[in-house]
Amino acid sequence: MRQHIVLIAVAVVMLTACGEKPQTMASPKSDSPAYMGTGSAFTAPGWKAGDKTAWEQHLKARQQNSQNDYSRMN
Amino acid sequence: MARMKFVCDSERCIECNGCVTACKNENEVPWGVNRRRVVTLNDGVPGEKSISVACMHCSDAPCMAVCPVNCFYRTDEGVVLHDKDVCIGCGYCSYACPFGAPQFPAQGAFGVRGKMDKCTFCAGGPEENGSQAEFEKYGRNRLAEGKLPACAEMCSTKALLAGDGDVVADIFRNRVVQRGKGAEVWGWGTAYGSKKAGQAPETGAKS
Repeated sequence: MRQHIVLIAVAVVMLTACGEKPQTMASPKSDSPAYMGTGSAFTAPGWKAGDKTAWEQHLKARQQNSQNDYSRMN
Repeated sequence: MARMKFVCDSERCIECNGCVTACKNENEVPWGVNRRRVVTLNDGVPGEKSISVACMHCSDAPCMAVCPVNCFYRTDEGVVLHDKDVCIGCGYCSYACPFGAPQFPAQGAFGVRGKMDKCTFCAGGPEENGSQAEFEKYGRNRLAEGKLPACAEMCSTKALLAGDGDVVADIFRNRVVQRGKGAEVWGWGTAYGSKKAGQAPETGAKS
């Protein structure tokens, strides 16, 4: 009788690995869009946080002003 | 808005490493990790060229395809970012990336090299925009501050162009027309599926 109990206990311990819970792939956390702004005092002026169109236009203008030297100097 | 893109004009790059320094400083990148670096092609040979290389935020990013834990995501602007809380530091992305962009803070095998770190296009990560947690994990979120990547804005010769892909292509095309040479753009076809900046990808190519 005792031998049976020991065998059952051993079997239970060994079979616990079979009871593994299903694993689901964790996706990345959601990221708020850049045009929502940061609320930081270092935010560039000329656009309003939350306005996507204004943010896009601001970035395009900044790009032209800072990187297109032909339009600035010629 | 078109998607965000990088282009390095090898006719203008003078290998000053200003972009590397700007990136390290703006994002407080730890010692041993270089999100951006300057590479010299045909070093020592007459006509050698230098280019600034970092994550190109590919249209069909190989790192996203091979990541076993799906830690990468793409923003609406086409910037490829990753979640360091999900990354397991396996290094698959570093083998897949054609630009050598993924960096690891420690040397070693699987599980010891730490969380992957790479250029974020100065767009931070999945933490709250502008938060301390975002800065400590991913660096400054300049896009959300209405600014462009620090490397491009710091570039003294404006060799490194970053921002809206259409504007980048327009600026570069105008330069090529003005100077009459230097139309080759290293990495553009690999990253965005087109051999020439400003031209549509070839039929069937990934865009």
